[in-house]
Amino acid sequence: MVILAQNWAQAFMAANPGKVIQVSGGGSGTGMAALINGTADLANASRPIKDKERKQLAKRRDVEVEEFRVALDALAVYVPASNKIESLTIPQLKSIFRGQTTNWKDVGGEDKSIVLYSRENSSGTYAYFKEHVLEDEDFAATAQTLPGTAAVINAVSKDAGGIGYGGIAYAEGVRTVKVAPADGEPVEPTMENATSGKYPLSRFLKIYSAGKASGIAKEYLDYVLSDDGQKIVEGVGYYPLPKEATAAAE
Amino acid sequence: MRYTSKDWLLAGLTGVSLAVILLLLAVLLGQIVWHGAPVISAEFLSQSPGADMVSGGIWPAIYGTVFMTLLMTIAGVPVGIATAIYLTEYASPRSRIAKIVRIAVNNLAGVPSIVFGLFGLGFFIIFVGGSMDALLYDDTTPVWGKPSILWASLTLAVLTLPVVIVTTEEALRTVPQEFRDASLALGATRFQTVYKIVLPNARGGILTGVILAVSRGAGEVAPIIFCGAANFLPYLPTDLRDMFMHLGYHVYALATQSPNVDAARPTLFGTVLVLLVLTFSLNLLAVIIRARSRASLRS
Amino acid sequence: MTERVLEASERTRAAKTRQRISVRPQSAKSKLAGSFHTPLWHRVAERLIAILALAAVLAIALIFVFIAREAVPMLWEAEFAEEVQIRDLFFAKEWKGYDEPVFIWQPVGEPAKFNVVPLFIGSLKVTLLAMLMSVPLGVGCAMFIALYAPRAVREVVKPVIELLAGIPSVVLGFFALMVLASWAQATFGFHFRLNAFVAAIGLALTIVPVIFTISEDAIQAVPSTLTEAALALGARKYQVALRVVLPAAIPGIAAGVVLGFGRAIGETMIVLMASGNAAIMELFDFSTSVRTVTATIAAELGEVAQGDPHWRVLFLLGVMLFGVTFVLNILGDLFIQRLQKRLTAS
Repeated sequence: MVILAQNWAQAFMAANPGKVIQVSGGGSGTGMAALINGTADLANASRPIKDKERKQLAKRRDVEVEEFRVALDALAVYVPASNKIESLTIPQLKSIFRGQTTNWKDVGGEDKSIVLYSRENSSGTYAYFKEHVLEDEDFAATAQTLPGTAAVINAVSKDAGGIGYGGIAYAEGVRTVKVAPADGEPVEPTMENATSGKYPLSRFLKIYSAGKASGIAKEYLDYVLSDDGQKIVEGVGYYPLPKEATAAAE
Repeated sequence: MRYTSKDWLLAGLTGVSLAVILLLLAVLLGQIVWHGAPVISAEFLSQSPGADMVSGGIWPAIYGTVFMTLLMTIAGVPVGIATAIYLTEYASPRSRIAKIVRIAVNNLAGVPSIVFGLFGLGFFIIFVGGSMDALLYDDTTPVWGKPSILWASLTLAVLTLPVVIVTTEEALRTVPQEFRDASLALGATRFQTVYKIVLPNARGGILTGVILAVSRGAGEVAPIIFCGAANFLPYLPTDLRDMFMHLGYHVYALATQSPNVDAARPTLFGTVLVLLVLTFSLNLLAVIIRARSRASLRS
Repeated sequence: MTERVLEASERTRAAKTRQRISVRPQSAKSKLAGSFHTPLWHRVAERLIAILALAAVLAIALIFVFIAREAVPMLWEAEFAEEVQIRDLFFAKEWKGYDEPVFIWQPVGEPAKFNVVPLFIGSLKVTLLAMLMSVPLGVGCAMFIALYAPRAVREVVKPVIELLAGIPSVVLGFFALMVLASWAQATFGFHFRLNAFVAAIGLALTIVPVIFTISEDAIQAVPSTLTEAALALGARKYQVALRVVLPAAIPGIAAGVVLGFGRAIGETMIVLMASGNAAIMELFDFSTSVRTVTATIAAELGEVAQGDPHWRVLFLLGVMLFGVTFVLNILGDLFIQRLQKRLTAS
């Protein structure tokens, strides 16, 4: 999501000379930590805020957190272009990332051992995947953790046995596979399927503010939710908010 | 002397290890120059990065690195030189304090850079910055108690302290003892001797140490990850409390977090090349100054 | 003899602070000093110098105190006790969903699992591997330069190795990640593209200069009387090298190895970028990914809230790392002192 924030920040600063938005990278946890520690005004996150974080914010800074949905994302499962596998079910994904399925032939692919690429544990994507796919069980210890989705893409694209996951916006140079819910048909991670909720791994990207957003932070948020801001979402490769979601946030 | 076959074997084996090192170094430099050089242009050096981190240039990172190193030098070098003066000119070799200082300097040189990062965060940001905020402001929003170029520079000043101390000490040692004796015999005080005789004569060596410390500090990334480096900040830091972009950190961020690593490759190589040129030219400068100052002392 | 050792030290006044084998010269203190009236500001300045000289001591103390300060509250904090049991930091536990006690580092999740053992295994593994590469290379190189290389080669090689020492570690990490990893996978067919082996090559590049410089110093400092005596007795050059020079220089080489070890185990950027960062409990297979203590701190600290249990554990890792390198440094110093003693005695 860093890349999205950077684009927003740059466009916002271009439109409002003299107003500066600083963007720091890292995972969703990084943003939350910065929000709690008071070093950031807004935190981008690809997962919902945890109760613990809410409490810490209240305790440390004595503020309620405010949540904004700012974009829609389909969490894609990547394989290298050379891998011909069509689709995977959620239970298959779980078994793969738990380290129980270790060969592609067990899920209908060629005879090749599976190499797991995961995200650093600060990432909201990591937390989302762990919750929704692994059902809160642990990733296999052999899963390599890389510090950004881009690194995952890069690694998967170079590794014939590789599999990774991450935001749809990043999926360049790799194939995304269709994902099937435990008891359903495989679905492609397209904008339509994400908007309708048919794709099992779609989620909202969020911005959290400590207390009521004010000043530049408020202007920035307004910009993000404006048509211009949502156009940037599309430009980067995520999906813009469906109209009703924008309304719900306000 | 006549070499036997065993001699040739030993020479060959040890020679191979040298060859391996030189080969690796050559591949490293070759790759970086080969892929990096085509990227370097006036725009690359003078523009801000685009929002995708890949387009545009790396000027804020260059500026941030230089600014940070400058602050680091101002903060750390005087302390390092004072320590070296104390050790060579004042402390007797058997003094217990000198011994402890020496042990501390050696140990400081061996502290892992990431531990300096923890230190910068725990001491400068949380303790010093946090206390300043508590004293100066009522608001809960940190003003000083957050990552900034100031804290990053101070952390690196501590990290480079041993480099300054050791090189300065060696520079002071090269000043012949007769100079000091002559000065003292003429009635100068010890301080005058240090100030008017020893320091001017050791100037080249001290400068060398400072430059080496700067070059070391400019390339360190681990300590500043939490202390002030920003991923993306197309504006230049104007205040000590601003965060900043940094060449080394930019390399790390681009290599691991850019949206499209293949598209980032050229920028990445270009940035690495700039960073290397910066540190190498500093090192080279140090070598030249050192050679000159030694020659002048000898003559 | 003293001059000889000093000369050796002069040659390596390079950046690297500890790569220096020297014997204290005569005290600068002269009998004449202080016998004349000194102006006040001189005395103030002198006092200031003496105070500033304590900065290094203060720095070491502050480093220890302030990283410990963030870790130690884990002993009594309720927030910590709710989430983590201290014994689980070090010992295996049979977590829900596992059929045997395991060492696991999975700091995010319910429950969070903070076992530091896999991280130290990872650090140790990649460091040992780097030592296996860099000790023969560094010492071999030093022997070649000190014993065989013509003067011209020596004059070129030494600055080149200094150059290597001046390369920022993020550049070496980048090189390992972008160039070496692909090469190694293509050549050896590794299952993991980023693994302990690739990271170790990167690390070796940072410690070769350390080992080389100290070893070369130590070899140069072996008195020529020793080698000449051996040669006069009819020994071959290789015999002199292996049986006379090398044993005499052993403490110096040992110091290089110890200090190189300390450097490698504390190195961050290279392992962070090139090791794959999977916390696998495996010491001997160097083709697997590793997650080191340093990379864990670097990757995770930015993302946790101050005072969180995770935060405390990361600072604890820092304290432990500090402790390990502190001991290694003292050990390295002892070796250097022993070398000096041995050489000055002969």
